[in-house]
Amino acid sequence: MEKVRNYTLKIWRQPNAQSKGEFKTYEVKNISTGSSFLEMLDILNEEISEAGEDPVHFDHDCREGICGMCSLFINGRPHGPEEEITVCQLHMRTFPNNTTITIEPWRAKAFPVIKDLIVDRSAFDRIIQSGGFVSVNTGSVPDGNAIPIPKQNADLAMDAAACIGCGACVAACKNASAMLFVSAKVSQLALLPQGQVERKKRALAMVDQMDKEGFGSCTNTGACEAECPKGIDLSNIARMNREYFTASLTS
Amino acid sequence: MSLDSKIPEGPLAEKWTKHQFNLKLVNPANKRKYDIIVVGTGLAGGSAAASFGELGYNVKSFCYQDSPRRAHSIAAQGGINAAKNYKNDGDSVFRLFYDTVKGGDYRSREANVHRLSEVSNNIIDQCVAQGVPFAREYGGLLDNRSFGGAQVSRTFYARGQTGQQLLLGAYSALSRQIAAGKVTMFTRTEMLDVVIIDGKARGIVTRNMVTGKIESHSAHAVVLATGGYGNVFFLSTNAMGCNASAAWRAYKKGAFFGNPCYTQIHPTCIPVHGDQQSKLTLMSESLRNDGRVWVPKELSVSEKLRRGELKPKDVAEEDRDYYLERIYPSFGNLVPRDVASRNAKNVCDEGRGVGETGLAVFLDFRDAIARDGEDTIRAKYGNLFQMYEKITADNPYKTPMMIYPAVHYTMGGLWVDYNLQTTIPGLFAAGECNFSDHGANRLGASALMQGLADGYFVLPYTIGDYLTGVPIKKIDTDHEAFTEAEQVIKDRIHKLLNIKGTKTVDHFHKELGKIMWEKCGMARNEKRLKEAKVEIQQLREEYWKDVKILGVNEELNMTLEKAMRVADFMELGELMVDDALDRKESCGGHFREESQTEEGEAKRDDENFSYVSAWEFKGEGAPAKLNKEALVFENVKLTQRSYK
Ligand SMILES: Cc1cc2nc3c(=O)[nH]c(=O)nc-3n(C[C@H](O)[C@H](O)[C@H](O)COP(=O)(O)OP(=O)(O)OC[C@H]3O[C@@H](n4cnc5c(N)ncnc54)[C@H](O)[C@@H]3O)c2cc1C
Ligand code: SF4
Ligand code: FES
Repeated sequence: MEKVRNYTLKIWRQPNAQSKGEFKTYEVKNISTGSSFLEMLDILNEEISEAGEDPVHFDHDCREGICGMCSLFINGRPHGPEEEITVCQLHMRTFPNNTTITIEPWRAKAFPVIKDLIVDRSAFDRIIQSGGFVSVNTGSVPDGNAIPIPKQNADLAMDAAACIGCGACVAACKNASAMLFVSAKVSQLALLPQGQVERKKRALAMVDQMDKEGFGSCTNTGACEAECPKGIDLSNIARMNREYFTASLTS
Repeated sequence: MSLDSKIPEGPLAEKWTKHQFNLKLVNPANKRKYDIIVVGTGLAGGSAAASFGELGYNVKSFCYQDSPRRAHSIAAQGGINAAKNYKNDGDSVFRLFYDTVKGGDYRSREANVHRLSEVSNNIIDQCVAQGVPFAREYGGLLDNRSFGGAQVSRTFYARGQTGQQLLLGAYSALSRQIAAGKVTMFTRTEMLDVVIIDGKARGIVTRNMVTGKIESHSAHAVVLATGGYGNVFFLSTNAMGCNASAAWRAYKKGAFFGNPCYTQIHPTCIPVHGDQQSKLTLMSESLRNDGRVWVPKELSVSEKLRRGELKPKDVAEEDRDYYLERIYPSFGNLVPRDVASRNAKNVCDEGRGVGETGLAVFLDFRDAIARDGEDTIRAKYGNLFQMYEKITADNPYKTPMMIYPAVHYTMGGLWVDYNLQTTIPGLFAAGECNFSDHGANRLGASALMQGLADGYFVLPYTIGDYLTGVPIKKIDTDHEAFTEAEQVIKDRIHKLLNIKGTKTVDHFHKELGKIMWEKCGMARNEKRLKEAKVEIQQLREEYWKDVKILGVNEELNMTLEKAMRVADFMELGELMVDDALDRKESCGGHFREESQTEEGEAKRDDENFSYVSAWEFKGEGAPAKLNKEALVFENVKLTQRSYK
């Protein structure tokens, strides 16, 4: 295996939300196969900055697959070709030498582009604000062990809670549906005793907010699950649908 | 100015309870008339903002990411300590207190640490009530593990994602207050200065990172919870955006900076692969429970390994140096973080390091796999091995892992009194950005605990006491103090954008990182520290002449954001060196070469250095002034650490 590789990059450039974007082509050379995808973009940015061109803007922070900030659509797939990882965990050894890589932002009506590859995902925050919590104030709560929780439920809740709010599920979906994201939070709290009191209200409010934000409907295609970097399971969507229907019937 | 730590009188175990009773309360009807600014939405800031909102205050919350849920607390893997003693293995508030003071190498305040231990239990209860899915046993009760060499199992965890789950808990509480209209959230907003009026913190100036707009926000009190400054070193386990700017600006407005030279270097990170590296990834410390650390005995063998002419598994047993087991027979591979890190650096400096760069040591699971079977090892470390393989393309079941130390946490930070107030009245600091509870070395699973203790259980009490003395009348952002502060920032941005030099911001950041790592890292001596001081000054001068920043202020400009942060790092770096120069003892994670035992181990000097260094800004270009807060130990006996 060669230690360094060369690529042609086709990158979406868009100065701001108002302007129309377009693809621009760049060449990068001598990229170490051990570099991460974002390090490759850092190198490109150093080079184009030196040549006086505005660097390519993209969201990133932790660079270890947990903050959910990175969000690139690479060769037609959110977070690129590998399974169950984020862009920041993607390494250049995955991409053959002398190939072209296309890089776009998440595309969805509810996620407008801010600049280049950066989109506005505040819709996700507003969905959580509509009901993704347990209404307890600080202090005056029972002892942590007062309510035993079957390990199996705790584990399932943890599976759902692993969502990093990246939005790849929306980007992957042809309808730009946010069902996987919303169902992960609804499921986590529906599975735990602490979430029971507000269970119905929560499901209704969160689904309602999701619709208001302009996300599309779910047609059970499963593209979201296939692209989710945290392996959030489709069964969460089924659980949320049950929660929602029970709640609408009884309220 | 004299330092008053405001530690309450009375027996250790009663201080906090008594203090809570003595703190003045804000009349419930008046709470909604007070505004509080909280900068940062990590465990400390998120929990504080949510709790203030619940109490009825008006809160403005700020973060630089696109969502409060992405603060770097999210990356913590291992766990959070609490003195619940659910395991009945002899834990208690006093034992957690004792271990934490000892772990900090007797450079923290007894009273603060005891309070931390006391509220640790409330944190777990709070998080469970929020729906944090902690690991559980088959009986349905909370599971614990022992962490970082602790002799009791007191660490609560949520798989390898404890920080994420705790943060999402705080974020959900914060979201609820946002929905209730008690907290106004400002994302993609960077705080660039704190505004002082009549000697009190009355607001901040920020930059909207999307539009570039410089804005003022006024309040009755300001809380900084902006995290640590490990990115001074360029490479660290911190997120790319972690910065010191908020704390540094506060320092330059009069808040003292405590123990800036105290940095923690974590021994088990994935080694640097080359110049293109942008950040370092931590591998959980738990790996040292089963992995054996070694390098070849002979330089020539290391060289062959580096060139790829020899495979690690083909190095004969007698040619391997399991140096931790050799030097520390009783603790072996489980020596504390600082000892493991320093020894790794030593063997690499001798030229016996491995990996392409020679800056790595092996962490070998061969013997553990032979002893317990691959399945057992997979059950314990499967996800870590997988993560390692993703990054390095090496399979740790087949070939030893490679690790190297990396900067991980900063114990230093803004100096605060017992109420978490800085030396500027009305300016509070919480979480990693204050200096308070970890002394010279932080124990594993204690930073999450501290962040949430500060935010949920300390600040909500102490800030009320402060507010009772502040007039309700608001100050308008038209006030000249705000317009002046805005102008200073606009000028600074203008100056940076107009340097139009030849070298990128990253170039300078990397250079700074190299100086700090080589000369103000794990091992220090006077000569190299003095060199570092001069080098940093030169680099800073060059920066302001030759840095190249493209684009304009009026739109999203990540180079400009970074340029402002790096400018601050370059000033803070020098203060870290000053502090390291002053501390002529070895303590905690810091090995001062002039202060060692005959066996070459760290030697603490309690007689001369049992103090907190609180640095005071004395004006641009003038040397900072060192103020000392004496540390008094009444409840623990000071001992030298020994791991032989
Ligand atoms: C990889 C890793 C693993 C760790 N594992 C553990 C562990 O297992 N157990 C443990 O106890 N500790 C662990 N730690 C340490 C612990 O995670 C941190 O010390 C702690 O989470 C810090 O919390 P915080 O709230 O103080 O700051 P952070 O979570 O860093 O939050 C800082 C906040 O401030 C904001 N901010 C910063 N600067 C500005 C500015 N200028 N303007 C506006 N906003 C700003 C950010 O947006 C963010 O919201 C780990 C740390 C790392 C890096
Ligand atoms: S469900 Fe998966 S893809 Fe969607 S936001 Fe969560 S982690 Fe990202
Ligand atoms: S940068 Fe944090 S998940 Fe990728």
